[in-house]
Amino acid sequence: MNEVSKKRAGSNYRWVGNNTPRPDGVDKVTGRARYGDDMILAGMLHAKILRSPHAHAKIISIDTSAAEALKGVKAVLTSEAIPDHPMAKPPYAPIINDFHDISRNVMAREKVLYDGHAVAAVAATTEAIARKAVKLINVEYEALPHVLDPFEGAQSDAPLLHTDQYTDGTDPMTSKPSNVFRTISGERGDVDKGFAEADEVVEREFRSQPVHQGYIEPMACVVNTSEDGNVELWTSTQGHFVARTLLSNLLNIEMAKIRVTASEIGGGFGGKTTIYAEPVAVRLSQMTSRPVRMAMTRSEVFRATGPTVGSVCRIKMGVKKDGTITAGAADIWYQAGAFKGSPIGRAVDTFFSPYNFENMKAIGYDVCVNRPKAAAYRAPGAPMAAFATEGVLNELAIKIGMDPIELRLKNAVKDGDESLMGTKHGHIGLIEVLEQAKNHPHYAAALGKNQGRGFAVGYWLHGGGLSSASLNLHDDGTLSLATGNPDIGGSRSSMRVMAAEELGIDVELIKPIIADTGSLGFSYLTAGSRTTYATGMAVINATREIIEKLRELAARKWDISVEDVKWDSGQAVPSDAHKGEIKPLSFKELAGMAMKMGGPVAGHSEINASGPGAAFCAQLVDVEVDPETGFVSTKRHTVFQDVGRAISPDYVEGQMQGAAVQGIGWALNEEYIYNDQGRLQNTGFLDYRMPVASDVPMIDAVLIEVPNPNHPYGVRGVGEPPLVSAPAAVANAVENAIGMTMSSLPLSPPKVLKAIESGSTH
Amino acid sequence: MAKHSITATVNGDEVEFTCQPEQTLLDVLRGELQLTGTKNGCGTGDCGACTVILNGCAINACLVLGAELERAEIETIEGMAKGGELHPLQQKFLDHAALQCGICTPGILNMAKALLETNPDPTETEVRFGLAGNLCRCTGYDKIVRAVMDAAAEMRAPGT
Repeated sequence: MNEVSKKRAGSNYRWVGNNTPRPDGVDKVTGRARYGDDMILAGMLHAKILRSPHAHAKIISIDTSAAEALKGVKAVLTSEAIPDHPMAKPPYAPIINDFHDISRNVMAREKVLYDGHAVAAVAATTEAIARKAVKLINVEYEALPHVLDPFEGAQSDAPLLHTDQYTDGTDPMTSKPSNVFRTISGERGDVDKGFAEADEVVEREFRSQPVHQGYIEPMACVVNTSEDGNVELWTSTQGHFVARTLLSNLLNIEMAKIRVTASEIGGGFGGKTTIYAEPVAVRLSQMTSRPVRMAMTRSEVFRATGPTVGSVCRIKMGVKKDGTITAGAADIWYQAGAFKGSPIGRAVDTFFSPYNFENMKAIGYDVCVNRPKAAAYRAPGAPMAAFATEGVLNELAIKIGMDPIELRLKNAVKDGDESLMGTKHGHIGLIEVLEQAKNHPHYAAALGKNQGRGFAVGYWLHGGGLSSASLNLHDDGTLSLATGNPDIGGSRSSMRVMAAEELGIDVELIKPIIADTGSLGFSYLTAGSRTTYATGMAVINATREIIEKLRELAARKWDISVEDVKWDSGQAVPSDAHKGEIKPLSFKELAGMAMKMGGPVAGHSEINASGPGAAFCAQLVDVEVDPETGFVSTKRHTVFQDVGRAISPDYVEGQMQGAAVQGIGWALNEEYIYNDQGRLQNTGFLDYRMPVASDVPMIDAVLIEVPNPNHPYGVRGVGEPPLVSAPAAVANAVENAIGMTMSSLPLSPPKVLKAIESGSTH
Repeated sequence: MAKHSITATVNGDEVEFTCQPEQTLLDVLRGELQLTGTKNGCGTGDCGACTVILNGCAINACLVLGAELERAEIETIEGMAKGGELHPLQQKFLDHAALQCGICTPGILNMAKALLETNPDPTETEVRFGLAGNLCRCTGYDKIVRAVMDAAAEMRAPGT
């Protein structure tokens, strides 16, 4: 019935792998879709936050009296209104939610730790009054020295952000407080021996700057609290269940009393995986007993929500003349921002994971500096590490005169190989990815004057985890499908495709929704490329439960054993023993019978999806460098990715294309620029320049399907892997165009021009 | 300060509203008229999410003051589909999967509509430069450009 969905050649599936109408599509092209700031409640107040102009300062006093006296102001709060919590203690989890830190990040307590750090908030009858009121709050600061660079921040004489933080992961633990929260390392074999065996060794330092996720929708939420202690929250988030858990723990409110509804989300890319304005809005609503709306400005988003980490990396790799990698060693320092928790574990795991060789070691340093607390950004921690490894491999390939893809093929990991952090690869498709790239017409195409071609590989271990799904059958033969994962890139479509495939019915009979936290079991974030994999499995389980119930119903109707009822192509069919005597019952007939023969039929599933897998992505990029200005333009860009199985190919392509362009921005334009006082200088899209349509070419996406054996349809995570290799591929293309090494992102025109003119970047 | 009283036309309907001197067209649409289909991505004219059509020109609603709108004709995303039928651009955006999160979509649709009115047969480069003031962080623009060119072809076809 759908013209759009043409069955793919060679597929046994009716829906999986075909493009189907998008359930949220019409709402999004007509302006109906409601995002974080599109909820209007009667009597709603508007909230604004006062933010620190200092990178690092003691708060001596805060005088809110003038703001409180302004007509229309209903409440003013400072950190006193946010409960304090003790610091988390080791052993630490890989992802730390330390409420001591979260409390201080949402509202500064003793000190402000970055330009943009929240110090007070106001709720007023209009946004204009709230804006005016925050300017009337008088804060007395004592400015302190600040540090922005992670390597400098790690030194013992650096200005100290937290006097009670000691370095974990070193042996023994440091005796003096340090900005280094922890180190994570991995080692196998003997790297010295490996380097001694190498014919060529390259050692370089790479740097990358923090870049923002750049979602177009600023954070926004509306809170309504009531006198009996209930909290209703509408917010733009990648995980409303996680938001509920964080709010409950931070503000000491029982979970059942907090009902969070995820609005449509205007992009996240990892940036909307935590809470910023929500707890402040909850407290203001509690203080006023009125609904409170809080929407950040773009400038606030840049100054106060987490970009990804900036990095300094020292890396060394050695190869034999035949291309065999003999050793790799890397040290990387990540800017955690004002509070600990940068993804150094992911960096350590990313460096060498596409390659199988004996001698490797890597160490990551999680360093606090006077910048906003870093947040996740699409494969957090991985693109910076891949930038270093793939940059060195680009240089090594030239040194030994070997084709760069052949060099990777020679060392590529296969099924059963183990990553540095101990992940044993299941069935993986790196070889297939590399072969496709090597044989693609793009690789053989001629390059023009001032052009260069870059190649890079990226590895990402996508997530599984906690997911819930609920499927309700209606008596007209339609279904409502509820999951708990905000839909950023088309996941509702993929959810119903999998349910329709299982049931053998038309996809448009199923209406998928995102349920609020009061209506469904816990569902972890839409993050880590996990949703189609893990939540998809919950949907498949829930659907299979419905099929079981419908088989039982048919068995009762036919008065035969349930074992004698099969489910086939959307109907209950009697087994061969009863063939001929009984007519099959269609899904619709069974749905109509259910209410009269036992009651409503529903399926649900709550799982911890294990066994996610590795996903590999390679990219070929052609750039042209203007020798007069240093300006780099991308001419051709092809992304090759093992996607396991594409449930909805258009959206998988969209993930790959979107990530490629984010990678172009990361490599060429985007960076946080601070002045010498530690104040962010580019807090808008004019100066923080993300790629626009005229900056980029069409992005060719080559979907390679090596099914993941851990998922019923072979799904692998697809959102993050294509960003891992993108900045590296662009940087390698620039290097190859100008014939020089480029080790510090972004490769902005002044840097490239300087390299061309000086003959070296070092 | 005294509010301005304005009469304008929005999506063919006459509307009356009052606004403070500093309120923008974006504030008026979203706040006073509750037409939240027009999105706020930056408030400084850099992202294009609030693109609407004002007296036939695509503009950033965040850069126009409400007080300037006496007798103005404004078209927003809420008025693009007519009589229960999606505009060809809206349909092509769905067919080409030219949106992911969808927050930039209303602005891009309005900008593309204005572009095709002045240039019904744009090249890929012309589409890219025509949309260069509209940021999209999800799609990498590929499918958006294809959707606009396909819609242009359909709108040029005789009998449609």
